[in-house]
This record gives sequence, structure tokens and C-alpha cells, in this order.
Amino acid sequence: MNSEILGVILMFVLTLVLAIPFGKYIARVFEGEKSFLDFMAPIENFFFRICGIDSKKEMNWKQNLVSMLTINFVWFLFAMLILMNQGRLPFNPDSNPSMSPDLAFNTAISFLVNCNLQHYSGETGVSYLAQIFCLMFLQFVSAATGIAVAAVVYNALRERTTEHLGNFYNYFMKSLTRILLPLSAIVAILFMVNGMPMTFEGKQNIVSLQGDTVQVSTGPVAAFVAIKHLGTNGGGYFGTNSAHPFENPNYATNIIEMVAQFIIPLAMIFALGFYLKRKKLAWMIFGVMTAGFLLLVVPTMVMEQHGNPEIAKMGVDMSSGAMEGKEVRFGTPASAYWSILTTVISTGSVNSFHDSYMPLSGMNQMLAMMVNAFYGGCGVGFLNFYIFIIIAVFISGLMVGRTPEFLGKKIEAREMKIAVIVTLVSALLLKGGTAFACYIFGGDSTLTWLNNPGFHGFSEMLYEYTSANANNGSGFEGLGDNTLWWNISTGIVMILGRFIPIIGPVAIAGILAKKKYIPESAGTLKTDTLTFGVMIFAVISIVTALSFFPALVLGPIAEYFSIH
Amino acid sequence: MKTHLMPALKLTLICILVFSGIYTVTIWGIGQIVAPNNGKGEIVNYVNSKENLKYGFVNIGQSFTSDNYFWSRPSAVGYNAAGSGASNKGATNEEYLALVQSRIDTFLIHNPNVAKSDIPVEMVTASGSGLDPNISPKAAMVQISRIAKARNISESKVESLVNEYTEKPLLGMFGPARINILKLNIALDALK
Repeated sequence: MNSEILGVILMFVLTLVLAIPFGKYIARVFEGEKSFLDFMAPIENFFFRICGIDSKKEMNWKQNLVSMLTINFVWFLFAMLILMNQGRLPFNPDSNPSMSPDLAFNTAISFLVNCNLQHYSGETGVSYLAQIFCLMFLQFVSAATGIAVAAVVYNALRERTTEHLGNFYNYFMKSLTRILLPLSAIVAILFMVNGMPMTFEGKQNIVSLQGDTVQVSTGPVAAFVAIKHLGTNGGGYFGTNSAHPFENPNYATNIIEMVAQFIIPLAMIFALGFYLKRKKLAWMIFGVMTAGFLLLVVPTMVMEQHGNPEIAKMGVDMSSGAMEGKEVRFGTPASAYWSILTTVISTGSVNSFHDSYMPLSGMNQMLAMMVNAFYGGCGVGFLNFYIFIIIAVFISGLMVGRTPEFLGKKIEAREMKIAVIVTLVSALLLKGGTAFACYIFGGDSTLTWLNNPGFHGFSEMLYEYTSANANNGSGFEGLGDNTLWWNISTGIVMILGRFIPIIGPVAIAGILAKKKYIPESAGTLKTDTLTFGVMIFAVISIVTALSFFPALVLGPIAEYFSIH
Repeated sequence: MKTHLMPALKLTLICILVFSGIYTVTIWGIGQIVAPNNGKGEIVNYVNSKENLKYGFVNIGQSFTSDNYFWSRPSAVGYNAAGSGASNKGATNEEYLALVQSRIDTFLIHNPNVAKSDIPVEMVTASGSGLDPNISPKAAMVQISRIAKARNISESKVESLVNEYTEKPLLGMFGPARINILKLNIALDALK
């Protein structure tokens, strides 16, 4: 078999093999059981003591949410402060200026909500201080927030009746000290061995072999890129993200980055199985997610390998595939694989440029973000999937005439309303944003921020809101998005697209946890079977098709038919 | 909200100290030992056309446009390593397709012995970073006859150089084979 396809298979299998034991470990961390990182305990307890936090105090779902939202608000103010003043602050060897208020608003929210949409370029837009003390800091804590909230929901799914759903601060701290920090250190060291820079010396001047003078941006890249991927953040140190040869120097680092961004979302599924002692349920969820993922990734890899038919007409050798926006050291298969993986999980880092993908490959990237529950981001991926489980349980309960129950709890009107609102709000934000942008700017021939005309131009706008709403952060980067309209509107979409899909599932889980536990009987709808898996998949497909098909027809599908 | 505000503020300060401060400095310190060139990026020395001893970064591609050198891939930012970038042109963009056509024409003019169907597509399409340090072995092969002629050396000599500088897939099994364009061109200059 061809070495490029073999590389892709290696990346998937390696992640899966690592994710199962790692999921077991995460479950132990949530349980508070013994693990080999227990030497961190005195440090964690010391931090809690200084902060005046009682990490043993059980909180209900509302208290957990309030503590999460409060600390997120503090981070937002802090990030705004740094970004708007970075030009005046020290640790800025390249003398980059402070951000405008609207750009700072967008960037602060973007990193706060684990989205990492970047309307600036890393080389010229942020100082070293902002990279390390603002953006990288947010990459750590926003990922830990997602994992901690998932832990609260896992806790609520147990077989009992309770209001006590653990302690947000406790889960948050342990996600950082027991999961993200140790892994980041390991990954950063592997990166540096492979030649990724880690320096504070600013731009270097070189003279090329041909005699041109060139400035080369460097920086503390390795530390940043490690957490960028582990936390499914995706915000690049450099403008071209993981396509930049300093941010992803070779095929080995490409594999490491791929595994790093995929491992926590995958391990969280298995952690659920170990935590609830329902391994079959975890495998069912994994099966549905993987089926969805494969349906997106395989056609994308095939289309990219075929290359651009318009260039094929010119008569050159097309065997490398669609190489516009791709790097030789990764090749087409590994680039196409990355482009779908980064959109199904909410990383949004790129090693090739999505704007130049074939029309239907671009559609698959958007579909991955519209569903946003095939694996999904750090912790929050399961929350999105949980909403689909609730809807599927309810519908199948109605179909076979059984009381809709999930894990021994009855699902009633209130929970269903929340689940439906969460799904609909996402479709509203995404399509509403695009519709507004088209209405306001449509027909304006003086637009400078649209890089491509016609159907593809529409796709660029649709992609931007899809990415913002899914907290993904990748882009059809041709869109010149550092304008007042794009900064403010995507900022609002990002913040709603983060917190509504967190508050909704936590509320549902909290309400269900309070209900009476009904032990399984012959009349219970089994939720860990293949049949139910197919049911969830059908629900996801129908909801997605009904919500997004018309919008996709106007963009990528129309573009596809214009060349075929 | 109020009861959570003070703990949130204090916890934020501690997290900044640990994850931005201690983590970053620790990684940097380890980098001083394990990373090539103390974490400043791997470099390679050369004597450039002005006969000065200079250095470049192994991983950062450079622009090569002279007939004497193996050409690097097209770049949307002209190999500006202080502002990386892709073209972000859509597959059906007319303006973009015209640009690709003109790159094919230029390639054919400079490489008259090459058939159009032998030009690898990556030599007429721009990379993602604009700093691609590699070309494929095929892309080097089609340039051999031009370089041999321009430098007045035998084609077989250039070809053996290309073979020598072709890097195999990872562990011989994973990913594409490739050539570091800067290293290959330095070796070409050393060839007498």
C-alpha cells in the first residue's frame, strides 16, 4: 500500500490505541482514585487554600455553571486588557502594535471559548507577551473548562438520585494538573527534538543562497503548539498555523500533532464508559462518531487525490493531487485527513488551506462543523452528542410506545425543550449570520475582503460563521475578516455558540440527576445497542440535512456543478 | 456570582503563573539541551552568490528562480518568512486558473526538454505556508536537464545528487518522499 495512505492509517490507529488506556486514566482522575500523578495533590491543595476554594464541597448544576461562567468572565476582561495594550507592554521583540478594540474583542472571545478563530496573523499581530500570557494561558484554561463541564455531566449520569454533581474547581484544576500540563510537556519536548523553535530572540535576518535578504519570524513555538493541539484550541503561533514549517517541521511532528489533537476527545468517550461502568455505551458512541467521521474523510481524501479538474484540463501531471495550499512534506492524503479531523473535533488548526480545497471537500469540512458531535472538542464534544442522544431517545420512545428513558431517568417535556433549543439556536446563529452578511454586503462590488467571486465567495462567508458557531476556528482564510463587521458579529456568534451548548446539556443532566432512578426492566429502551446507534445517526443526519442543506446548495454544491 | 468572584480572580493569577510562567520557562530550559541550535531553529551554512559565508534555516524554504538552481514551489507571499501565507484561491477562480496557466507556460519556456504532462502539479500551485522547504523527487527530476545545461555538467551527475538528497518516507513506510530544496541547491553549488 502507498506510504501516504499508510501514514494516515497509522495516525488513526495510534490515537485509538492510546486513547483507550488514557480514557481509563481520565475516569480515575474524575473519580478521585489513586493515580501516578498523585504527587501533584499537595500543590493543588495549596492553590485551593490560597484561593479560598473548598474543592471537596459538592455543588449542584447551577452552582457549577455560575462558578464556570464567573471565572470565564474574569479571563475575558484580562485578555482584553493584554491585547489592547500589548504594544506598550514589555516582551515584544518584533514591536507589534496593540490591537484595535474590535479585534481584541474578537480575539479575546475566540481564545476564551476554545474557538481560536484568528483575525490577526501571528507574526505581526501579537507580541510574545500576548502569545504566552494571554493566548496560551486561555488555551490551557478553556480546554480545562470543557473537560471539567463534561465531568459534571458524567457525574450527573450515574445511577442515583442527587443534586450533588461534584465541584467545578476540583475538576478544572485536575484537568489541568493531571491531564493537560503533563501531556503538553511531553508533546512540547518531542516537538523540540524534531526542530521546532523555542526561543525568545525575535526575528532573525538571513541572506538566502540566491542572495535575497529575508527576515524569519521565530518564537516560543513548541510550548504553544503543544497545548494548541492537546486542548483542541487550534490557534496557530504563526499566520499559516501548522502548515508553517516552524510550527510543523516534518511528517513525524505532523503525526504527533494529529494524535495530540485527537486523543482527548477520543479518550473522553472511553472515560465515560469506564466512569459509568457502561463500556458498551462508550463503544456505541464511538461507533456512531466514527461512522460519521469516515463518511466525511474518505470522500474528501479521494477528491483531493484526484485534484482540481480545471488544472487537469491544462495537461500537467496530477498525480500529487490538489496541491494548492498544501505542503510537499505532508502530501495530499495526510492534508485531507487533517482537514476533516480538525473540523469534526473542534481544533481548527490547519496544515493546508481549506479555501483552496475542492468544492465538495469544503462542504465536508463545513458539515463536520455543522454536526460538531462526531468526536467534538475537548469535553464539549460529548455534550453536543448528548443532546442528540436525548432527542433520539425521545423520538424512538414515541415510535415504539415506551417511556423515553436514558440511563434510568425519564426524559420529559422540559428536557426535550432545552435539547431542541440548543440544536435550533446553533442553526439560527450560523445561517442568520451568513444571511445578514449577504443582505448587508451582497451586490457591493467595491468589497475588498472577499477573495473569491461567485459561489465560492458565499462559501467563504458561510464557512466563517459555521466555524465561529462550532467554536472550531479554522477558516476559508481568503476572507479578509479583520473588519468591524466580522470581528463583532463572529465574536457574538462564538460566545453564544460556546455557552448555550454548555448550559443546555448541563441543565438537562442536572434536572435528570434529580429525578427518581428507575432500574432497567424488560420495558426499558436499550441505548447501548447497534439499533439505537443507527437511530442516533439517523437523527443527526436528518437534523443536519434539514438545517443546512439549502445553505450548502448555494455555496459548495453550486460550485461543484459549475465545473462538472 | 459575588461569592465566586474572589476565588476566580485568585485562581486566574495562579494559573497564569503556572501555565504561562513556569511551564514556558521549563520547556525553554529543556529546549536548550534537546533542541537543535538551542531551540533557535536548525540552521545550515553556505557561501552565497556574493561569496559571503551565510546561514539559512533548514526548515524555511527559500525562493529559487535562477536557471542554475532547482526551483522551489510557487509562493503566495514570495517566501517572506516574516509573514507566511497561502493564496486561498478557490478551485474555480478564473483569475487563479489563469495564473496557474502562466506558471505552466513559464516552466515550459525554461525547460524546453520537458513535456507538459510531466510537470508535477505542485510546481505550478502555491504551498500552504508560502515557505515550503521541500519539493518532490519528481519535481527535481524534471529540472535536471535545465540545470545540467546551465551549469555545463553532465545530467547523470545532477541525477545522482538528486537521488542522494531524496529523503525517504518516515521509517521507510509513512508519508511522502521529499527533497529539501535548500540542502540540494547547496550541494549543487559544491559540485564541481
